[in-house]
Amino acid sequence: MNSFKYTPATEAASAVQSVSANPSAKFLAGGTNLIDLMKEYVERPNELVDITRLNLAQIKSTGGSLSIGALAKNTDTANHPLVRQNYPLLTQAILAGASAQLRNMATNGGNLMQRTRCQYFYDIAMPCNKREPGTGCGALEGLNRIHAIFGYSDKCVATYPGDMATALYALDASVRIRKPDGRDRVVPVREFHRLPGEAPEKDNVLQHGELIVAIDLPKNNFAAKSYYLKVRDRASYAFALVSVAAALETSGNNIRQARIVLGGVAHKPWRSDEAENALVGKPANEETFRQAAEIALKDAKPLKHNGYKVELGKRAIVLALKRAMNGGAGKEA
Amino acid sequence: MARYIGKEMSRVDGVAKVTGKAKYAAEFQVPGIAYGFIVQSTIGKGTIKSIDTAEASRAPGVIRIYTHENAPKPAPPKSAELKPQTNSQERDKSFRALQTNRIFFNMQPIALVLAETFEQARYAARLVKASYAEEKPMTDMEAELKSAFMPNPQRAPKPRGNPSEAFQTAAVKIEAEYTIPVEHHNPMEPHGAIAFWENEKLTIFDKTQGVYTVRTHLATSFGIPEENVSVVSPFVGGAFGSSLRPNYYPWLASMAAREIKRPVKLVYTRQQMYTGHGYRPQTWQKVALGADKNGKLTSIIHEAANNSSTFEDYSDNTTNFPRSIYACPNVDSPQKIVKTDMSTPCAMRAPGAVSGMFALECAMDELAYSLKIDPLELRLINYADVHPDSGKAFSSKALRECYHLAAEKFGWKNRKLEPRSMRDGRMLVGWGMATGVWGAFQQPASVKITLRADGTAYVASGTSDIGPGTYTVITLIAAEYLGLPAEKVKFELGDTKFPRAPVQGGSFTTASVGTAVYESAQNIRQKLLDLAGKEANSPLKAAKIDEVEFADGKLQIKNEPARSISVSEIMRRNNLTELTDIHEAKPSPERNKYATGAHGAQFVEVKVDPDLGIVRVTRVVEATACGRIMNPKTSHSQEIGGIVWGIGMALTEATEIDHRYGRIMNPNLQHYHVPVNADVLEVETMFVEEDDKIVNPLGIKGMGELGMVGIPAAIANAVFHATGKRVRDLPITPEKLL
Ligand SMILES: Cc1cc2nc3c(=O)[nH]c(=O)nc-3n(C[C@H](O)[C@H](O)[C@H](O)COP(=O)(O)OP(=O)(O)OC[C@H]3O[C@@H](n4cnc5c(N)ncnc54)[C@H](O)[C@@H]3O)c2cc1C
Ligand code: SF4
Repeated sequence: MNSFKYTPATEAASAVQSVSANPSAKFLAGGTNLIDLMKEYVERPNELVDITRLNLAQIKSTGGSLSIGALAKNTDTANHPLVRQNYPLLTQAILAGASAQLRNMATNGGNLMQRTRCQYFYDIAMPCNKREPGTGCGALEGLNRIHAIFGYSDKCVATYPGDMATALYALDASVRIRKPDGRDRVVPVREFHRLPGEAPEKDNVLQHGELIVAIDLPKNNFAAKSYYLKVRDRASYAFALVSVAAALETSGNNIRQARIVLGGVAHKPWRSDEAENALVGKPANEETFRQAAEIALKDAKPLKHNGYKVELGKRAIVLALKRAMNGGAGKEA
Repeated sequence: MARYIGKEMSRVDGVAKVTGKAKYAAEFQVPGIAYGFIVQSTIGKGTIKSIDTAEASRAPGVIRIYTHENAPKPAPPKSAELKPQTNSQERDKSFRALQTNRIFFNMQPIALVLAETFEQARYAARLVKASYAEEKPMTDMEAELKSAFMPNPQRAPKPRGNPSEAFQTAAVKIEAEYTIPVEHHNPMEPHGAIAFWENEKLTIFDKTQGVYTVRTHLATSFGIPEENVSVVSPFVGGAFGSSLRPNYYPWLASMAAREIKRPVKLVYTRQQMYTGHGYRPQTWQKVALGADKNGKLTSIIHEAANNSSTFEDYSDNTTNFPRSIYACPNVDSPQKIVKTDMSTPCAMRAPGAVSGMFALECAMDELAYSLKIDPLELRLINYADVHPDSGKAFSSKALRECYHLAAEKFGWKNRKLEPRSMRDGRMLVGWGMATGVWGAFQQPASVKITLRADGTAYVASGTSDIGPGTYTVITLIAAEYLGLPAEKVKFELGDTKFPRAPVQGGSFTTASVGTAVYESAQNIRQKLLDLAGKEANSPLKAAKIDEVEFADGKLQIKNEPARSISVSEIMRRNNLTELTDIHEAKPSPERNKYATGAHGAQFVEVKVDPDLGIVRVTRVVEATACGRIMNPKTSHSQEIGGIVWGIGMALTEATEIDHRYGRIMNPNLQHYHVPVNADVLEVETMFVEEDDKIVNPLGIKGMGELGMVGIPAAIANAVFHATGKRVRDLPITPEKLL
């Protein structure tokens, strides 16, 4: 039997120690992704260090910013009054993901860490560099309707599938990480996920044994005008074909700051500085939105089956910006 | 006055199901059980050069491992019953596991690991290593359309009139191709069995749509008498056609149990279901319609091809139902198959009909636009009052009433013909309609009824209830015709110890088994009347069977409750505690004088996001004419379920194959998208009842498949109306509308 050791942890320090000490140990949070992958034999840890009892589930305001515990549940995070009030984009993004049951189990840390939904990654009989480096990429010349149009390499064309992180990119969040030496380091979320390059087995910059303890959200002025738009194959319980986290800060009809992040198009949420900059100082209207959308997608390099993501991405950006302008979440343009 | 028939009855097995008391095949407790796990091939075509089980054999808990090298061979099939349902073969060539080193399809079983626990078996299964001489598989049917052939040309229906000439000279023509991908049933319950032997007697708990079919399959395979095989299947968590034929696992489990002399439990994983049973084949169709300027059809040429395996010729009969829908003098409907390196397809809810009607009813919509005639009007212009092939009258056909009723409820008259002419804010609104058709089949079926002096009855039949509510409807019919309260009737099914009944398929169970119950209850009435009428002062003296009825535990002269004797009294006087009747009901020859069928009309509203191509089915109104409705509650559920299936087929469902490997890449419920609750909005189902004593005495027709038949076409037509875009390739995913 594929047995593994189960180690319940009560303190962050001991959890970090346990995982650091064993190269094939993993943290267990909600288990909604890890356990699935273990059943498929994709993940094969020989030890699970259960971190659900760690005191890392608080959501608290610290000065101007908000700190969200890595072990806070997705549901509790989305519905927290401070999140709803100051970061409605995050609420919307979380609630666009998975199902109520899953969100009740899923933690914020686990959500950031969730692995790709590439079909080849899930099928251990198929080549996949991410699962087994050196075996090749099944999707590159295979079925790649749900795969990347940006930032991929010939080693891997997978996407990062999560919704929450796409909003976090727009909100300039950062990830607070406990290192094995007991100290914390803070990584801007934009630098947290990586591109596949030559090492697609590495999804992000977290080192083995490092524990995500919190996600910090700085104060911003996007709450009034933001929108998370998700295009998927059915109305619920499906990953994004393309999603957009859009946020605007305006004075009058003039755009002061903008955020445009695409989900479902790359190995990480895809934020376009160039498109954002193109909006700054411009009037908030459909024409400027269109120009920004063109810029955001101009470097897209679709694969055989995902060319639609380019046009879909553009339209989704325009629509998301329009809806953001119209008051955002809950209001349809 | 009917007491039960036509009135809503909740499921008699509902409480058992929601409390977990209902036992499904793999849930039976059998002591000393060993667990099986199937190892599947990782190539799509070729031969196994070697298979190494050494390491797996040493894994903890492993009892034995079977491969093609050491698995016993089943006896060759003898019985005609093993023939696939709808194809031409003379002999059963269905796939049997572990019989050869040849690989016919990817994810083919190549080994069976038996261990003390499921986890041990699964773990060891991953240690079995095969090496292959690989060949290139061919799974892309459309790339090989040129190789399509008619499996059984002599049995194919002949063309009617002269379709190609009529098409050439038609005033208005349309011609288009339609494609449907492979789809899988995805019932909730995975297929599985527990098998054990006592001497030469085999017992198997199996998930099946027909216990007798599994019995014949196993008896022949092991060369033992049928009586030595008992198949038990009281509950089935959905099957939709995937358990009509015995799949490969019942034999595998039984073989292993016999060899290791222990009970064996073998259950497919979700992934294994994708090749462990059949699927709706990939279908290519071309429809050419010719009409005069008034919309009268002059020619229908409906070609279809579906994929099959290399070892069986499965035809989905795609064009069979569509060819009898419209009154058109010139029709051809050739049906072909293409061999692929895949497992064999099988019937999947409304097989053939839903695929064929998707193409035909979309083509009719296209024709309506060429003619600028309302699509409903076009159907009425071409309405078939008699069966267009045979010229026979229909035993009943209230399709016209369905069209009118559903159109009225839907508000169809407010539709603007022009595409993109209706909006709801940003959303493009589209209204589409289509026709549904299915048979009114009946098969020979037997029941046993025991009426007891204590006022209870026991009814049994070897039929199956895969979810439509057979337990309930048969209880209800028995209660009606035995004159007992439904609570006093106990009905059992799903066991070869009960009288023979056909598989649950083709939507013929209620018509077949219900008729048997009705007739058997009549036999019992006759027996009691004979006993009661013997006595000199009997109030029923000289009464004829048709003059008496059961009511409230009494046998009485109809409408004269004063002239009655209680059933228990009759039994007591004759020293009986119970009376039993075993009866087989057969379809009446009268049926042959008529054309029979069940019909329906579907009207659908969609809202399409003009930017994102997302389609929402916001409203469905369906009117169905399928004889007399026994239990409206479960019947509506069937139609609603059919509509949900139609939504899945139209918008989300597709089995994706990587043709390089011939491998299914989405064999799970995260990547294969069935509709979820949020995809199902307003749905209204209605019945137009037909009084049809010709199909069978109770006037029952099938409905389980009918409800989905027109839905994919109606949705595609609504999408066209909303967007002006004709999508002829299912499913209609967002990118097809950008
Ligand atoms: C059917 C289904 C549908 C879904 N749909 C969506 C969707 O539409 N959108 C979406 O965004 N998500 C979706 N999800 C994914 C879901 O959001 C993730 O599974 C979930 O967020 C993971 O959180 P978890 O706590 O369960 O993580 P786990 O499964 O417990 O852990 C996942 C990984 O993260 C690591 N980990 C967990 N916590 C930490 C930590 N604090 N520090 C370091 N490493 C850690 C674990 O070791 C593991 O490797 C879906 C999931 C399922 C099963
Ligand atoms: S895209 Fe990445 S995850 Fe998918 S098969 Fe290629 S390497 Fe594996």
